[in-house]
Amino acid sequence: MSLRTPLSQARGLGAAKEGAGHWWAQRLTSAFLVPLVLWGAFSVAMLGDLSHAGLVAWVQKPLVSAPLIALLLVVFWHLELGLRVIVEDYVHLAWLKVAVIVLVDFAVLLLAVAAVAAVAGIAFR
Amino acid sequence: MAKFRLPANSIVRKGRYYAAAGASRGGRIRRFVVYRYDAAAGGNPRTDTYEVDLDDCGPMVLDALIKIKNETDSTLAFRRSCREGICGSCSMNICGRNTLACTRAISDVRGDVRVFPLPHLPVIRDLVPDLTHFYAQYASIKPWMRTQTPPPPDRERLQSVEDRDKLDGLEECILCACCSTSCPSYWWNGDRYLGPAILLQAYRWIADSRDEAAGERLDEIEDPFKLYRCHTIMNCADACPKGLNPAKAIAEIKKLLVARRF
Repeated sequence: MSLRTPLSQARGLGAAKEGAGHWWAQRLTSAFLVPLVLWGAFSVAMLGDLSHAGLVAWVQKPLVSAPLIALLLVVFWHLELGLRVIVEDYVHLAWLKVAVIVLVDFAVLLLAVAAVAAVAGIAFR
Repeated sequence: MAKFRLPANSIVRKGRYYAAAGASRGGRIRRFVVYRYDAAAGGNPRTDTYEVDLDDCGPMVLDALIKIKNETDSTLAFRRSCREGICGSCSMNICGRNTLACTRAISDVRGDVRVFPLPHLPVIRDLVPDLTHFYAQYASIKPWMRTQTPPPPDRERLQSVEDRDKLDGLEECILCACCSTSCPSYWWNGDRYLGPAILLQAYRWIADSRDEAAGERLDEIEDPFKLYRCHTIMNCADACPKGLNPAKAIAEIKKLLVARRF
């Protein structure tokens, strides 16, 4: 049984003075994704030549590889922001919450670097 | 982590059935299924069913509960005071919706009237939940006017009509906790998330032109858990028996927190 007052428990460790940046980044990345995803979807839909060579040639165009890398960066950034919120919502064990957030961040970083490296590898071939 | 099964002593059993007294058998009978639990006595919660003759009862759910307590079962515990929707005492879950028993008409409810305490709070007894943490969270936002400038010696602090209008939709809150206890985020993280009612109150002071501590108030709630557990689920606005929109107040707080960065 805790002898702390209810107010002491409600106050806890106070405010982290953080969260506005995360919230703003979530909104910004969603806004950026609208044109980028539309561009990506339309460009792929308009592609006539879907062969391997055709796609490689398409990705090698600077006006394709640049927005494609931007799209990937924003997607993974947005993914990390969203996954963090889900973990904060549903994982209540303190150490496990921190561990999962760190692992998620690391996994997203690896995926983002792999995706960008794949596009860059084709673009700078 | 998540618990997928109720603890054994949380399973609600079927309780007693109280038939209406013989004389009123011919009247308009409505069944009230009421949650019963006594934390001090332990055991499992149960639902007792009471038949109420509507021809001999006021129009609201609270009228029926008072009638049951007066005439049928004096052991039934619930909070009530003003019986006109201004004190916020009789907030409970009626047919799956958090609301005030005194402003919910029996005629608006179809079938059996199912009366449960507010969700996801410890129950002290029957329809009386433990609101200690809710009130402590309210105290934590320092819900009073904070100023540095002393008030004028000869009069109160003045506020323009336009500035007073900004408090409409905020100051009507009666802290009944219907919104907070309808919010899934408050269910999962209520230990740290302040919840819609308290955040609406926080904004009520941030928006008050006479208050001088808006910056401190924003500092005190800028936190991933205290504030940003709100995911605009909107159950709060749906539940509020006063027709307020706590989600909008929370959105205004989030906008101010971004505005001060630029």
